[in-house]
Amino acid sequence: MNTATASRYAAEYQTIASALPGKNLPWLQALRAQALTEFSAQGFPSPREEEWRYTNVSGIEKKLFSPSISLNVDEVDAEWLTSVQLEDAWVLVLVNGHFSAELSVLDGLPEAVSVMSMADALAKQPNTVEKYLGKAVDQSEHGFIAFNTAWFTDGLFVHVSAKMVLDRPIQVLHVVTCVDQMATTRNIIIADDMAEVKVIETFISRDGVYAASQSGTGAAISRDGVYAASLSGTGAVVGSNNAYLTAAVTEVFVGQNADVTLYKLQSESEKAYHFGGSYIKQARDARFTHHNFAFGGLLARSDIHVDLDHASECELNGLYLGVKRQHIDNHTRINHLKPHAISRELYKGVLDDRARGVFQGRVIVAEDAQKTDSQMNNRNLLLSDDAEVDTKPQLEIYADDVKCAHGVTVGQLDEKSIFYLQSRCVDEETARNMLTFAFANEMVDKIKIKSLHDRVLEQVLARFPQQGVNKEWL
Amino acid sequence: MLSIKNLHVSVGDKPILKGINLEIKAGEIHAIMGPNGSGKSTLSHVLSGKGGYTVTAGSATYQGKDLLEMAPETRAREGVFLAFQYPVEIPGVSNIYLLKAALNSIRKHNGQSEVDAMDFLTLVKDKVRLLEMDEKFLYRAVNEGFSGGEKKRNEILQMAILEPKLCIMDETDSGLDIDALKIVSEGVNSLRSPERSFVMVTHYQRLLDYIKPDFVHVLAHGQIVKSGGADLALELEEKGYGWVEEAVA
Repeated sequence: MNTATASRYAAEYQTIASALPGKNLPWLQALRAQALTEFSAQGFPSPREEEWRYTNVSGIEKKLFSPSISLNVDEVDAEWLTSVQLEDAWVLVLVNGHFSAELSVLDGLPEAVSVMSMADALAKQPNTVEKYLGKAVDQSEHGFIAFNTAWFTDGLFVHVSAKMVLDRPIQVLHVVTCVDQMATTRNIIIADDMAEVKVIETFISRDGVYAASQSGTGAAISRDGVYAASLSGTGAVVGSNNAYLTAAVTEVFVGQNADVTLYKLQSESEKAYHFGGSYIKQARDARFTHHNFAFGGLLARSDIHVDLDHASECELNGLYLGVKRQHIDNHTRINHLKPHAISRELYKGVLDDRARGVFQGRVIVAEDAQKTDSQMNNRNLLLSDDAEVDTKPQLEIYADDVKCAHGVTVGQLDEKSIFYLQSRCVDEETARNMLTFAFANEMVDKIKIKSLHDRVLEQVLARFPQQGVNKEWL
Repeated sequence: MLSIKNLHVSVGDKPILKGINLEIKAGEIHAIMGPNGSGKSTLSHVLSGKGGYTVTAGSATYQGKDLLEMAPETRAREGVFLAFQYPVEIPGVSNIYLLKAALNSIRKHNGQSEVDAMDFLTLVKDKVRLLEMDEKFLYRAVNEGFSGGEKKRNEILQMAILEPKLCIMDETDSGLDIDALKIVSEGVNSLRSPERSFVMVTHYQRLLDYIKPDFVHVLAHGQIVKSGGADLALELEEKGYGWVEEAVA
């Protein structure tokens, strides 16, 4: 990393520090100061670090993304927002990293559940936040975590009391509207013992989904009296060709015998940089399921790290779709710390054009974690000669009585399957489209929330050639 | 229906079929028997359009058209059906989706409109019953996790729904137990009609106890070395393939 870049960010930090939430909390100030020092020293991660060897974030260093210091919802079109909100969920909206009460839908929450912005949580229940913030991930893990800890402007805070089963999901809509800016959010999800909750993280720019047509005709956004650069002279609203940075960190605490499902739908714009880390701590007998849909961004990296206690279970599912020059990196780490825990992981990638996918999956079985049962699979479909995938499953086993398996495939569409479909009257192009769709659809079908399922399905269908694939028959 | 004249086919530089001649009229059932490696599967693959084979000489004319010129899907839409020796598993595509896609492709090819959803379901359920299959199969992925017998039955189910004119069955009986063989045979027999022809490629005579052929041809070393009636199959059963292979050598 170029520490000059880090120091440019650090120099700008002083101008915004006073606008960040929690400035009256000494513990948070100390945490942020320490994070800033670490970030200044190490900067963003470099490919020299083993866990970043396939992903070069120097594109972020060439730009200097600025934080949005306050809420501005002018660029959020209400009709568009409705179209990306799930109708059967409580919705918390973050615009450029700031909570908008006006755009959020949080009425009728049961008393045993707290859903609020991180800034509100820091004001109303700082002791709870202190107990959890930074406890599922160490900010020295890498530069993005340190960066997020120092810079976060807001986020989602969810606390579900013991035995509370929430019947509707909670959606956090992470919307970016400004060019060359960054949205840095910190989320905490706490499920007390035997509680159950489903949370959906949606990362989206004002354009909605990837490769949507450029619509930016709005006014430029003012920041400290300076107008952000306008690319075409028509405005500086985020369009499909505009760059911005998302740096989000989510910490999840799953209590004893509790059950948390976290969905991540990453549909950033075509030139966006995305870092999103999810760090999960599971107590005894806890269950956690993650569904990671990585569709957008020019360069997108997800970290999913899970710590498993005695007899807890986790299931990690992922689908990454890359076209053009997209670079999509998914990094998972499952720590089997205690005996009898179960982990299941399946990541699938479809890469076309010159897109590059990365899968790094580590499963670490501690000496004490006897009777661990772990399966990890990564399957990749390359649709063009220029597409690339780097996949690296790693098993590190220090116990001697465990059942661990892993498998990787990288390939093209199966010619035998294409011929079989052709012999059943399906033309070759449709056969290829059907098989590509079917490969991806296995992951979509795992979504249990219908409104979300339908939206993800729509995005998958929009992403690849669908000539001949009949949606009504699915 | 199908006229094969002096057909020569190679895989790479290796000649597999060396001058096949075969005339199949509407309504006839032809059994093609022969030892392993005689070219039986190559013949069914070439007729259905599978890649990887080079036709070096000869022709195959189907209903007056050059069959070998057509794309595989065109052959299928024109009424040529290949029942696979090893049906392929297609995860993520349900049986019912494939059946609907196939049937509608044929209808479109023939200038007809899409099949009515209710009529389609009635048709499919009738055929499922005929083959003694569970309706749940329809909503499972094509052949995924099916047993060998279930896969073969599924091939016959597709055949029954698509109503082809020329059915090429590539070792459909291999790997079937007697109960499955009876069900598959009944399915095939129920499809017999004066307009529909069958080419049954098989290694075992047993299939012909249940589906009685009009003609039996013996394929050896890439050529038809002997043709006859249904009795020929019994002779083969008794004497094995050695005597016909010797006759040509």
